[in-house]
Amino acid sequence: MSLDPWVLAAIMAMAAATYATRAGGYLVFRAFPTPAWLRDALAYVPGALFVSYVVPALAAGGVQQWVGAAATLGVMAATRQLSLAILGGTAAAWGVWAWG
Amino acid sequence: MSEVRPRFSRAAYLAGVRDTLPLLLAVVPFGLVCGIVAQGQGLSLVEAVMMSALCYAGSAQLLALSHWGVPAPVLAASFAAFVVNLRLALMGPVLAPWLNRVRGWRLWASLFVMADQNWAISVRAMTAGRHDAAYLFGSGSVMWALWVITTGAGHVMGATMRPPPGHPLFFAALAVFVAIVATMWRGRRDLVPWVVAAGASLLVSRVVDGTWYIVAGALAGAAAGVLRDRLRA
Repeated sequence: MSLDPWVLAAIMAMAAATYATRAGGYLVFRAFPTPAWLRDALAYVPGALFVSYVVPALAAGGVQQWVGAAATLGVMAATRQLSLAILGGTAAAWGVWAWG
Repeated sequence: MSEVRPRFSRAAYLAGVRDTLPLLLAVVPFGLVCGIVAQGQGLSLVEAVMMSALCYAGSAQLLALSHWGVPAPVLAASFAAFVVNLRLALMGPVLAPWLNRVRGWRLWASLFVMADQNWAISVRAMTAGRHDAAYLFGSGSVMWALWVITTGAGHVMGATMRPPPGHPLFFAALAVFVAIVATMWRGRRDLVPWVVAAGASLLVSRVVDGTWYIVAGALAGAAAGVLRDRLRA
């Protein structure tokens, strides 16, 4: 039940940064007209960001990660359910882990 | 004109809660994973629950936790949270017709609980003619509560099972992102930005320490998308 000061500082800073995006976006867009290119660029950010997280992680990983990722994508394509995709992908990775 | 009067009704709050119930199934594994990863990175139960309660941003929390350390990386974690959540800055303005009519805690609390799923059903409700921000608050607050509870449960699971590094339970964190990537595919126009993002992130991850490769990939991909659209237009 400990509360480390550095962890607390990180949590507070993360909370502030997150709330800045939630409230700040609404307030800024309400106050100023936003250039179209910025709006377009922000719309591309989420997809590109998660690709940039996943691709290096898979490149650094092994068979467990590759099989798990393929299974996640497969279940996602088949069911369109985030929770089933996470469960299916993790189960596949678990299978590889138990096998090897 | 009654249209101008701020509206924040109990009925809309309850409608938001009710419409959110089918979405809650997706929150459970995500919250459990977040708690398990937090435990694996050495956070206490109080710290893990506090992070979920105050940030309430699953993908940002997972990203920050996957690059955790001692002492906690205050700057890198908050920067990661900011960049991952930039999409929220785009989502708020869409609900302006609701939010512009409420003031004080109702406005700030509604913005606090705005996340991907409850934003999406709120936009759908707005398009269908509902005009009451309490719907967003109702939907968001029930998801927030479950998020906090499942993070705590995940932490307890992690502490009980003590999975070793490399255990497939930790793959679940990566699976969350792989599945999120799949939901973000908007069609062929994403191909060029995504390939550029993949290339840039791979390159930078080999050269620079920390989470900068994610930022570099995101910015390179977004720039590629905007440039391509401009050249084509």
